[in-house]
Amino acid sequence: MPLETEPNIPAPDDFYQALIDAHAGLDDQRSAALNARLVLLLANHVGDLDALREAIALARDGL
Amino acid sequence: MNTRTPARFPYTPPRELAEGGELRVPVAIVGAGPVGVACAIDLALHGVQAVVLDDNDTVSTGSRAICYAKRTLEILDRLGCAETITGRGVCWNVGKVFHRDRLAYQFDLLPEGGHKHPAFVNLQQYLLEEAMLARLQAVGGAVRWKNRVAGAAPDADGVTLSVETPDGTYRVRADWVIACDGARSPMRDYLGLDWKGQVFRDRFLIADVHMVGDYPTERWFWFDPPFHPHQSVLLHRQADDVWRIDFQLGWDADPDEERKPERVIPRIRAMLGDDRPFELEWVSVYTFQCRRLDRFVHGRVIFAGDAAHQVSPFGARGANSGIQDADNLCWKLARVVREEAPPALLATYDVERVAAADENILNSTRSTDFITPKSAMSRLFRDAVLDLSVRHPFARRLVNSGRLSMPTTYRESVLDTPDTDTFVSVLVPGSPASDAPVRIDGHAGWLLDRVGGAPAVLYFMAPDRAGDLERLVQLAGELRVVVVVPAGGSAFSAGDAVVVEDVDGLAARRYGAAPGTIYLLRPDQHIAARWRRWDAPAFERALARATGRKEVAAHAA
Repeated sequence: MPLETEPNIPAPDDFYQALIDAHAGLDDQRSAALNARLVLLLANHVGDLDALREAIALARDGL
Repeated sequence: MNTRTPARFPYTPPRELAEGGELRVPVAIVGAGPVGVACAIDLALHGVQAVVLDDNDTVSTGSRAICYAKRTLEILDRLGCAETITGRGVCWNVGKVFHRDRLAYQFDLLPEGGHKHPAFVNLQQYLLEEAMLARLQAVGGAVRWKNRVAGAAPDADGVTLSVETPDGTYRVRADWVIACDGARSPMRDYLGLDWKGQVFRDRFLIADVHMVGDYPTERWFWFDPPFHPHQSVLLHRQADDVWRIDFQLGWDADPDEERKPERVIPRIRAMLGDDRPFELEWVSVYTFQCRRLDRFVHGRVIFAGDAAHQVSPFGARGANSGIQDADNLCWKLARVVREEAPPALLATYDVERVAAADENILNSTRSTDFITPKSAMSRLFRDAVLDLSVRHPFARRLVNSGRLSMPTTYRESVLDTPDTDTFVSVLVPGSPASDAPVRIDGHAGWLLDRVGGAPAVLYFMAPDRAGDLERLVQLAGELRVVVVVPAGGSAFSAGDAVVVEDVDGLAARRYGAAPGTIYLLRPDQHIAARWRRWDAPAFERALARATGRKEVAAHAA
């Protein structure tokens, strides 16, 4: 399964607000921990290892 | 600074001063900005007499509101002043987003073909106001300039306004008052109303620059550009070679220092990156807020525009929503004034436009949070979204440099009749009606021009059901009846009904219509009800509901 990079979230602004709101009141360390947990939960939801490897490569690109 | 000299309007001493008397009017409008003047024109078209009171004698200083959205242009068209505005203004559809030193992506707001109006027209607010004031005069209305409302005493049957002029004070006794006196609304203070919301801790420099530049007619937005690091910049073109530039300054900026030309000019010079000549027309430093009144209708005083709700400028949701307030309010108020509907109809203005204000505030708050991240993590996500947007389309949907004004659908309004038939269309009861190219008597035209500002019926002709048409034609007079026939359909006379030919089939497609489909539109061109075939009792009920003749009182109390 190729990684989906076309828009796939029906209400992107709702998602983005939920993401930013989730970090409210957390210090840097806890915020980083939240992100790590979130990545792991979403990775499990995706499941497909090829798609996950592709996402990791794209995220790493340019850093 | 080369400051434009705004048009000044003559002050005439009110005759009530000499008579020591009182002016009695059905409606008084406080404030002659775009919202107040839109109300005055609309009420005049509905045959209701209104007086407009303004504390000044000129149009706005500086460009202020500059972007008028497609739906607003349709409303201005209904009011009879869109032609001047689109003719004078700059039509644009393309936006570009830059991040640091590169173009991240571009978008095209151009709606599908077959619309009379573009996505946006940019025009300085003072030019919009001049066009609207000319139209007000043409429909027999006038503004009482330098008539400042100094106090308001509302009671159960009306409002007494105390009005100050250079020659003294007099009273205006109005059955209804529309308060469109802007974000700092004195009317709100006279009524002691709370003004709740969020103030954003950021400052922006806004400059109108006159230059003959080769920038294209597009909206350009920069996040963290090399010429203005760590902040954002927005560039918009206006009429007459005037460009609007917004520089984000941050909360610590000193507003008095920042508006000095010796501070402003180097910023613009750095942005232009060369030594082309330009002149400053207007400079202002502002902060912004997202707030609204709890309710817009307070007895006999009705608030509209910035006096009722205030948003950040990103998304062009201020003036657009204000003119949409006027569009929603005036037909209702006209019906109440003429005693065709109970005052409870005005409660639907409150419900519908409070929901619209919340939608605008939500969108504008989100844009502001994206542009000015409130935490390190929020900034990290924003920069990640911008980095990914260069290559990945999904991330472009997350970039938020302003969600540009779209009209509100009045979902579940008590004026709407829920569907009982199935429709495949983006339109739902409560949506603004879609435009479409049509032919009338062999001439090219537009569907919405034929709908106008009366309750209207769109009937998609079913040749095998001649009886439907006969019944509908009998309604013409009380209602605007528009009969849509397919392309190549034979022209025929249908009494007072207007027959239009759906030249490209776009009307049928946009309305998900088949032969026999009927749409009932409110006077503000929002969809009230629709059916697959004529049903007289259902139609009568929906019409009574949509025009507030019954059921509204019970529902909207």
